[in-house]
Amino acid sequence: MRDVVIIGIGETEFGELWDKSLREIGIEAGLKALQDGGVRGEEVDRMYIGNMSAGKLIDQEHVAPLIADYAGLSHIPSTRVESGGASGGMALSEAYKTVASGMDDIVVVGGAEKMTDVGEEEAKKILSSTADQEWEIVFGATFDSLYAMMARYHMDEYGTTREQLAEVAVKNHSNASKNPMAQFPRETNKDFVMGAPMVSEPLGMFDCAPLSDGGAALVLCPAERADEFEGQPVEIVSMGEGGDTIAVHEREDIGTLKATKRAAKKAYERADITAEDIDFAEVHDNFTITEIMAIEDLGFFDKGEGGPATEEGRTRLNSEISINTSGGLKAKGRPVGAVGISQAVEAVEQLREDAGDRQVEDPEYGLTHNMGGTGASAVVHIFRRWS
Amino acid sequence: MKAKNEVGIKGYAGYVPRYRITPEEIGDVWGKDGETMGKGLRVQSKSVPSPDEDVVTISTQAAKWAMKRAGIEGEDLEAIYVGSESHPYAVKPTATIVAASLAASPHMTAADYEFACKAGTAAFQTCMGLISSGMIENGMAIGADTSQGAPGDALEYTAAAGGAAYVMGSKNLLAEIEETVSYTTDTPDFWRREGEKYPQHGGRFTGKPAYFRHITNCTEKMLESTGNRPEDYDYAVFHQPNGKFPVKAAKKLGFSKEQLDPGLLVTNIGNTYSGAVPLGLAATLDQAEPGDNILVTSYGSGAGSDSFDITVTENIERVKESNVPTVEEVISNEEFISYSVYAKFREKIEGGR
Repeated sequence: MRDVVIIGIGETEFGELWDKSLREIGIEAGLKALQDGGVRGEEVDRMYIGNMSAGKLIDQEHVAPLIADYAGLSHIPSTRVESGGASGGMALSEAYKTVASGMDDIVVVGGAEKMTDVGEEEAKKILSSTADQEWEIVFGATFDSLYAMMARYHMDEYGTTREQLAEVAVKNHSNASKNPMAQFPRETNKDFVMGAPMVSEPLGMFDCAPLSDGGAALVLCPAERADEFEGQPVEIVSMGEGGDTIAVHEREDIGTLKATKRAAKKAYERADITAEDIDFAEVHDNFTITEIMAIEDLGFFDKGEGGPATEEGRTRLNSEISINTSGGLKAKGRPVGAVGISQAVEAVEQLREDAGDRQVEDPEYGLTHNMGGTGASAVVHIFRRWS
Repeated sequence: MKAKNEVGIKGYAGYVPRYRITPEEIGDVWGKDGETMGKGLRVQSKSVPSPDEDVVTISTQAAKWAMKRAGIEGEDLEAIYVGSESHPYAVKPTATIVAASLAASPHMTAADYEFACKAGTAAFQTCMGLISSGMIENGMAIGADTSQGAPGDALEYTAAAGGAAYVMGSKNLLAEIEETVSYTTDTPDFWRREGEKYPQHGGRFTGKPAYFRHITNCTEKMLESTGNRPEDYDYAVFHQPNGKFPVKAAKKLGFSKEQLDPGLLVTNIGNTYSGAVPLGLAATLDQAEPGDNILVTSYGSGAGSDSFDITVTENIERVKESNVPTVEEVISNEEFISYSVYAKFREKIEGGR
């Protein structure tokens, strides 16, 4: 296995990009990444694209060659990777494996989603299709209600409160207010979050990530070739993937994200570090409860301590561990397939110390956590400052 | 599009059904927080037509009052255009029924218009063309709707009924229309297909790429064409699908809340669709003084905007002597109803009589 670095990053603004199609979003992010890395198109060996549901959202399958073609790279192999909400992160792990194995040298990995071409109801239905259609959704469960059940269980089992959930949204909005690419670069407060219309008890509108359009891209290369390019490299130290049952009702403990635990364990082992070494993390906060469970299951806090830790401000920017400095899915936005890649873009910016007002002080290790469905797939990447 | 010869408004009036329903009452039925919904939309109540009211009756009442103010008879009208997206018939014109009711038939031309919420201002433009070219002397332009919102849909909180009628001509004008500008694109933000009872819409797509894009581009074009600045106008009327959009658009364009206020009726009566801008302009004219300048920009989904640059003349004093109720007087006659009565009135109860 070779050491792998990211030498180029790029992303579009996240939000309602009414004037941009999926291919335009993908190309914009990809070209920015190539430009950032100082990499020419003809040097690229392969491309991966994380995308959840272009088939349903824009009636277009086979999106990887589509984007490659419009980027002027129709001659290279390109593949779409789908793993629900973890599509982006899983695409990154495929790209990482390809470069680490020595199969290819210069690999572009992007993520893109165009969610606003369908109505909100339709988009929600499509999101729900990452749960178990036959055993959950058909019986009336929605994506929101499945997470609401996890939240209720967590509240019941560990005493997590509605206020603690709200603090996740408040913190992530505060971080997003320092991120020019965020969909909602605005501060909010606990009263506003708790007063928002209810979606699925106990999750209100501000406990849920939005529907977004957006894309992000990275250029990977073997560490030994990092010096050939202009982009400031950041090392991908390790990667871990994990799985769990597709349906929530099959789980022994719905307050724990097992796939996340499994992925984290592998990633820490491979990097030969522990959760304590991590300075900042981008975690999959598709709902506020998910962030609370994730920071426990990634090992940053003991089980049941995620809520109190958040409330005490221990996850704020430059506190004990900075969580979701980008604003997270909640406030930076959620173009599903782009999420995992966008998290890595944030990790690179932080480790390059290019994150402006949301810069974590002197970071050594950063972690990204990307999850599919209600947690049936999860992927964790660990990044390190390049020296 | 500058008028070749003098053209403008000789008489106008608005009519709004007296029944009202609150967002709280609607929200209660659907398990939604109607109060928050109303606050978000900045709508306190919306008008509801009674079972015997439709675009014909609304248009006829407004037209009769407008003619009284203009001092003309039915036979003086050479054209009637009714803009609406709730014409009672799919095939058979509203305008002929209105013309007959006004005793304007048969030596005249008439037609219905549909352009979502801006069908009324499309009628304005047609009359302007016929009059300023010298083809006719007096024309009637009406915008009226009994708009539809599917039960439980977000539209149900605002879809209302009302309309206003304008006698247009070249002499004895209460207000002169100097110029009109349009901005038209193919934008699928809101539609109702043939045979469907309720419209569909693109959710948040109805905002930035639809309403705001057209209203701001059209208004900016008008400002550019006239060389006016927002502060040169005493009043401004923008299409008002809710209480939030026109205020936001006005702010972006540089107009103040004070310029908007007299014509901002949506808070109490909801979105009267094709009637919204004609009613807002009528309420503004009710307060206007000679020499006042008014900028009007409508918006219709699909999509397009029409802007008008209007200057009030000394004849506006005639309005006060006409014994026709002002829009404010019409609107103040209100009776609140429950959702069940609303459901009956709007024929949402199957088999109901």
